[in-house]
Amino acid sequence: MQAFLDIFDIYLLEAVINGILLGGVLALLALGLNLIFGVIDVTWICYAELVMIGMYGMYFMVQYYGLSYFVAAPLTILLVAVLGAALHYLVIAPLLTAPPINQLLATGGVLFVLQSFATVAFGIDFRNLGIRLPVLAFGDMNFSYARLLSFLAALIGMVAVYLFMTRTFTGTAIRAISQDRQIMALMGVDTRRIYLITSALGGALAGLAACLLVLQYDVHPFVGLSFGPITFLICVLGGLGNFIGGFIAAFVFAEIISLGGLFSDLEWGYVLAFAFFIVMMFIRPAGLLARRR
Amino acid sequence: MMGQGRLAAWGIGLAALVALPFVYRDPYHLHILVLILIWSFAYTSWSMMGRFGLVSLGHGGFMGIGAYVTALLWNHLGLSPWIGIPISMVAAGALALIVGYPCFRFRITGHYFVLVTLALSGIVLQVITATRDYTGGSLGLTPDRASGNKLLALQFDDKTTWYLIALAVWLFGIVVWHWVDRSMARYALEAISEDEDAAAAAGVDVTAEKLKITLLSALMTALAGAIYCQYQMFITPDTVSGIAVSLQMVFAAIVGGLFVSLGPTVGAIITILLAETLRIGFGTKAVGWDNLVYGVLLVLFIIFLPKGILGSLLDRLKPQRKVPRAHEQEAVQIARPGA
Repeated sequence: MQAFLDIFDIYLLEAVINGILLGGVLALLALGLNLIFGVIDVTWICYAELVMIGMYGMYFMVQYYGLSYFVAAPLTILLVAVLGAALHYLVIAPLLTAPPINQLLATGGVLFVLQSFATVAFGIDFRNLGIRLPVLAFGDMNFSYARLLSFLAALIGMVAVYLFMTRTFTGTAIRAISQDRQIMALMGVDTRRIYLITSALGGALAGLAACLLVLQYDVHPFVGLSFGPITFLICVLGGLGNFIGGFIAAFVFAEIISLGGLFSDLEWGYVLAFAFFIVMMFIRPAGLLARRR
Repeated sequence: MMGQGRLAAWGIGLAALVALPFVYRDPYHLHILVLILIWSFAYTSWSMMGRFGLVSLGHGGFMGIGAYVTALLWNHLGLSPWIGIPISMVAAGALALIVGYPCFRFRITGHYFVLVTLALSGIVLQVITATRDYTGGSLGLTPDRASGNKLLALQFDDKTTWYLIALAVWLFGIVVWHWVDRSMARYALEAISEDEDAAAAAGVDVTAEKLKITLLSALMTALAGAIYCQYQMFITPDTVSGIAVSLQMVFAAIVGGLFVSLGPTVGAIITILLAETLRIGFGTKAVGWDNLVYGVLLVLFIIFLPKGILGSLLDRLKPQRKVPRAHEQEAVQIARPGA
């Protein structure tokens, strides 16, 4: 019995730590989405699909063109940043004065476009980078280097965004617009430029997430559906546009998924996380509504 | 509301639709018509909520429940769909109330409501996949062929019967749409969609009105799922539930026109014909092309024609029509920079 408990605890600890590592990447995804929402007041339903395109970018650059991972990563981040800016310029900008629901549905249309573009262009095969990172054994626990690396890179990315937002003029302007979008134009800030920069930044975060996720998961056109919904839930749970809330909610969700997966299948971890979300809406709607006008 | 002429037009149109399968028997074309009618019914169910600004991405979940509960009760308990369909509708309705009540009670609207309902269809999809011992997971599920009475099992081999069933269900959807359109609830819901506080101040029970229309919409969507399952005799989580199905409903309703009764039907005709044409034109290379065209069209429609094809057409035909209701107009914001 004692032996059983020991093993059990080690698995539990391993799951807890893996949950924290997963939380880093989820927090990065949530940060990008929150940024867009907080500043432009638009929800990109297709956010996870941008990540998927980034993962394909990584795959082709590394596998076909033989670039090293560390050369391909900045290129991918740049690619998805351009995609984010293009999405804003082509789809969101014409709809800025339309009802918010229309903006949201238009990005839903972009989701279809990106998904089927990937299907048409790359086929529905599962592809992976072919980079096998070693497994780190710590005591009796095993952690993959891929997750550890992702966690660290996600943290660095988030700190960089934090510094950008607090230490530069553009960052300050972005934060100011998220507080009052009408007044900033009168203060001499070009809101159109700020919107474009924010969209590109949101895209860049999606690109960074893509570089990290491609180490752990296979790419296929529908990969976005496996972590897209969870990203939206994290943002809503933390309060849309609330960076700190999203950060905390990401780790809460990651722990639920990881621990749920320990006791049963991974899908049940997700089911548990979804159910937790709905229960939270009953008991803590105030947390959800933190940033509502 | 309905003039003599329009009533007559409806009567003639319906008579023609009922007579069609007895005159024209091409099974492929009948199959397409049945699909169009079933999906039209589902899209109409969605638009009952959507037209009042309650944009739900959870309807894939309701449809999935309708299809899977009916099929599972038949396969594992031998319960006839005649009992299974009501049970599945009750299940979907209960879920709608469980999710809807806190949403409406705590004033979760706009983006929040969309994302919460998105979570709902996510949950249903994951539960169906996770319980693969019973549901077959992502490989799909086939209802067992009935050995005895076909009517009891609601399984028919000929397309004509299915066509008539689908036609009846579709007509039921249109009738319910008109019933809601003429009820007091419509005025209450329109007031809510424009300004919740003002509506509440004017004595509208906001939570109750929203719950009623959500419940109605969920029940009808579950019925659509069950009928689809009985007709196709094969369902997978991806074809009847999940976010893609929810978005497809939104897309068709918007393309056809959200604020007119036949709008979702027009949307279904366009989307299904488009998918079939692409499928025949490109053969197996068409995988993905239909959704690519869908997506581009959806974006273009929302930017340039937010009232949909039929809605815009009717506006064009009747320029003297009353002033559009505020929630149909494009929002006018006085000081919004960057526009």
